[in-house]
Amino acid sequence: MYRYIARRLVMMVPVLLGISIIVFFIMELIPGDAAQAILGSYATPENLARVRRELGLDQPLVHRYFIWLGNILQGDLGRSYILQRPVLDEVLDRLGPTMLLAGTSLMLAALFGMFAGVVAAIKQFRWQDGLLTTVVLIGISTPSFWLGLMLTLVFAVELGWFPVSGMSRVVGGGGIGDILHHLVLPSVSLAIVATGVIARLTRSTMLEVLRRDFIRSARAKGLNERSVILKHAYKNALVSIIPVLGIQTGFVIGGAVYIETVFQWPGIGRMLVGAIQQRDILLVQGGVVVIAALYVIINLIVDVLQSVVDPRITV
Amino acid sequence: MSGSVRPRFGAGLRRFFYNRLAVVGLGILIAIAAVSLLAPILPLAHPNITDLAMRIMPPGTEGHVLGTDQLGRDILSRLIWGTRISLAVGLSATAIAAIIGSLIGIVSAFYGGVIDNTLMRGIDMLMAFPYILLALAIVAVLGPGLFNALIAISVVNIPFFARNVRGATVSLVRLEYIDAARLSGKNNFKILFGELLPNVMPVIVITISTTVGWMILETAGLSFLGLGAQPPTPDLGSMLGDGRSVILTAPHVATLPGLVILVLVIGINLVGDGLRDVLDPYLRAGALVSPRPATEVDAKLLARKRAEKADDRRAGESEDGNRKTGAPGGAQSDGGDSGQPDGDAQSDGDGSGHSDGGAPHISELPLSVRNLRTWFWQRDAQIHAADDVSFDLPKGRALGIMGESGSGKSVTALSVLGLVPTPPGRIMDGSVAYYGEELVGAPLEKLRFYRGNRIAYIFQNPMTSLNPLFSVGEQIAEAVRRHQPVTGEEARAKAGELMDMVQIPDARRRINDYPHQLSGGMRQRIGIAIALANDPDVIIADEPTTALDVTIQAQILRLLEDLRERYGVSLVFISHDFGVVSAVCERIVVMYAGEIVESGSVEEIYRRPLHPYTRRLMACVPKVGSRGAEMDAIPGLPPALDRLPAGCRFADRCDMAIEACTSAPVPLEEHANGSPFGAREVRCIRAKEVTV
Ligand code: SF4
Repeated sequence: MYRYIARRLVMMVPVLLGISIIVFFIMELIPGDAAQAILGSYATPENLARVRRELGLDQPLVHRYFIWLGNILQGDLGRSYILQRPVLDEVLDRLGPTMLLAGTSLMLAALFGMFAGVVAAIKQFRWQDGLLTTVVLIGISTPSFWLGLMLTLVFAVELGWFPVSGMSRVVGGGGIGDILHHLVLPSVSLAIVATGVIARLTRSTMLEVLRRDFIRSARAKGLNERSVILKHAYKNALVSIIPVLGIQTGFVIGGAVYIETVFQWPGIGRMLVGAIQQRDILLVQGGVVVIAALYVIINLIVDVLQSVVDPRITV
Repeated sequence: MSGSVRPRFGAGLRRFFYNRLAVVGLGILIAIAAVSLLAPILPLAHPNITDLAMRIMPPGTEGHVLGTDQLGRDILSRLIWGTRISLAVGLSATAIAAIIGSLIGIVSAFYGGVIDNTLMRGIDMLMAFPYILLALAIVAVLGPGLFNALIAISVVNIPFFARNVRGATVSLVRLEYIDAARLSGKNNFKILFGELLPNVMPVIVITISTTVGWMILETAGLSFLGLGAQPPTPDLGSMLGDGRSVILTAPHVATLPGLVILVLVIGINLVGDGLRDVLDPYLRAGALVSPRPATEVDAKLLARKRAEKADDRRAGESEDGNRKTGAPGGAQSDGGDSGQPDGDAQSDGDGSGHSDGGAPHISELPLSVRNLRTWFWQRDAQIHAADDVSFDLPKGRALGIMGESGSGKSVTALSVLGLVPTPPGRIMDGSVAYYGEELVGAPLEKLRFYRGNRIAYIFQNPMTSLNPLFSVGEQIAEAVRRHQPVTGEEARAKAGELMDMVQIPDARRRINDYPHQLSGGMRQRIGIAIALANDPDVIIADEPTTALDVTIQAQILRLLEDLRERYGVSLVFISHDFGVVSAVCERIVVMYAGEIVESGSVEEIYRRPLHPYTRRLMACVPKVGSRGAEMDAIPGLPPALDRLPAGCRFADRCDMAIEACTSAPVPLEEHANGSPFGAREVRCIRAKEVTV
């Protein structure tokens, strides 16, 4: 177990390096150069030269990459020219709300998705299956940002059950209750597609697993359907579901960009959209690097979870 | 290759149109595509003409069927033009991603080595980013705009194509015909695009069907954020974004474009599901139907059983009380001789005719199967998997059921406790009794009480019939706990004892092993331990040694024989192999095409097989342990079980067939008595002529 985690940790290094290379070279693709992008088109030549030197743009490409990497490893992601503060500080401030939103959505999606999938599988050909399959189809076809708007319209504007938006800070606001109150609509909007994907997968995997020989063995022992389905079939279905949970985490984190914009949620997604519109390249870069690194860690956790469920995975 | 594609294509098309939802989806897509293609000639207002006097008109306004937005532009017109743009961008992105991604995948798999490694590591890197984030980073660099959004969305979808196509190609590259193509002097280009590409096309189509919906959603998403289509270009996403600012006063401005996206993507997903059903061989096999907890019993039969049961109620049900401790008194006399050593298989020939002369009453038999009929109901056919099967099994005895695969032997065995999968299985007629207690049509609770408790199964493939995710100790203990009032601790201890009993060395340590850590023979011992967990009266072993090596096979047979003698268990042993059956059983029932064709003692059948089929069966598998070589010595195939001939089912393959064989059904007739627990029967009109 620990050896497995250690090995996975070592394997993370090349992936992180790869991410850094991709981000670095994408940023190199910017027409003109970063100094121009940072200072805008009205920059004086002196300023440009100064910024170029600061950024090390006068050095060769590979050299620049290693300087850039070294800076990142020391926690220096540069300064945001719009916000006039270190990118790392801004990103870390915004990480909490995004993780809260994405984490809640993912939990909702996993719980409801797996529940709906299991129910649909064991009620195959009955009305429950038909209903769930239809709801799921609509779920995976819904643009989440539109759903967010519609939910706001109905539950915030018409019914007044939840706030329209205006979640400003996660800590120090109106306490847990207030946070939850603000969290309902955004997390539901964000969860809906992932819920559908997980429900579909759970349904089809359960149906497939329920046909396997060991299910017949479990029934031949006289076990009741509860054990057959929840213990024997479900655990085997998890082997297929867990990797998809990992992939869906990526989709949910990405989807947070839309939802944070719709609900004005103070997370990284909204920060990124603003930064892109204002061409604050270093802020975009910092946000992308941090989120990508976070995603690598999440995938590690998913792998470990998988090895806990499936004893066949060994070092 | 290409020749075989055509008929499949036609069948696939029919399958697709059989799927009503897919047809609905296709209808939606065609309608949307037609309207957006026709946009330039439809009598629409110009989508970008603003009219500040007509701002934010509700739907139904004169001249603006769906109202206007905050700049007074006609929403219907913008919707149609917007759909046109969204579709164009989504489809272009799909095409780019599909072409580049498939190319990477196919080249990677074909050349392998360094090229494969480099390309795939690159793809892995792209996948290391959360999906939309990478698109954002690309748009950040290229700047907002519809074309840049298109590029970003294509790039983030390339990995899905590259991976899927590579996977499919890798399995093709290993096939011989690629080698043949290489040897015949075709150049790599021709092989890649002439041979490989057509064959991975289904995979590409499947991947398109899953990703095109996302791509349209993401295009809309980027436009919604203001990073895609720039004003005044109408695009469903940007319209939605514009509508957001007036959501409180004019909700229709944002609602309508969202609805169009929703309907469009639903259409795409419906068609995609339909395509996947057709193209995915795994789904095509009908894999997605799961069996019910117990085999369905035909409604008419069930009604009859209920009526009979009501009649019997007066008789009282005394068996329930002593079921657990053993057989009711009457069966004891019969069980007495079960403890005899091996020799009795030989002495049976003459002796047992007297000892079993008076047939035991059904209430004295641990298992009695009467006229069992189990069919498979398929869409347009009824498969007569087991037809009119009867046999009795006294206490402590061993009965072999022999036949090739598809003869109905397993179906018969599984029917005993309702383990034949439904769909498609259904028990149509007959009865199965445990000490006189009817099991066909019994409530599920009752079946569960008997399963693994009084009647236990050992299955063919111990690798697949054990759950890979639970330790073997847990799987044995689970069987113990289900039927005995013990604590978890005690059940575990019992599991250890059972593992000792089936001669697993070092059971204390092995108890925590998972199935994949054990050898095939050890796994089957676990299967036997599970069967023994509750001291059953009957063990049904369905080809328990077929998946094992010859030496292991012999060990397992010895173990079964040994356990039967020690514990007085009755055994039903199913195999295609006469050698194996004769090593364990006293009496044999031979099945062919769902029917019993011959029965008798091992000795009798060995010395004088009466049915031509039995003779063939014995001739082709002479020794213990002929794994896999099942039946290739018998020419021809058994009849299709949904179109059975009127006469003898073996006639097609029988070298003794005469006209009378095919004109009328051949009954199973008593040939002589003198078998252990049952008559000597045969279903052949020429059996009397056999002299050997
Ligand atoms: S009945 Fe006729 S066809 Fe059938 S086995 Fe006997 S001889 Fe052969």
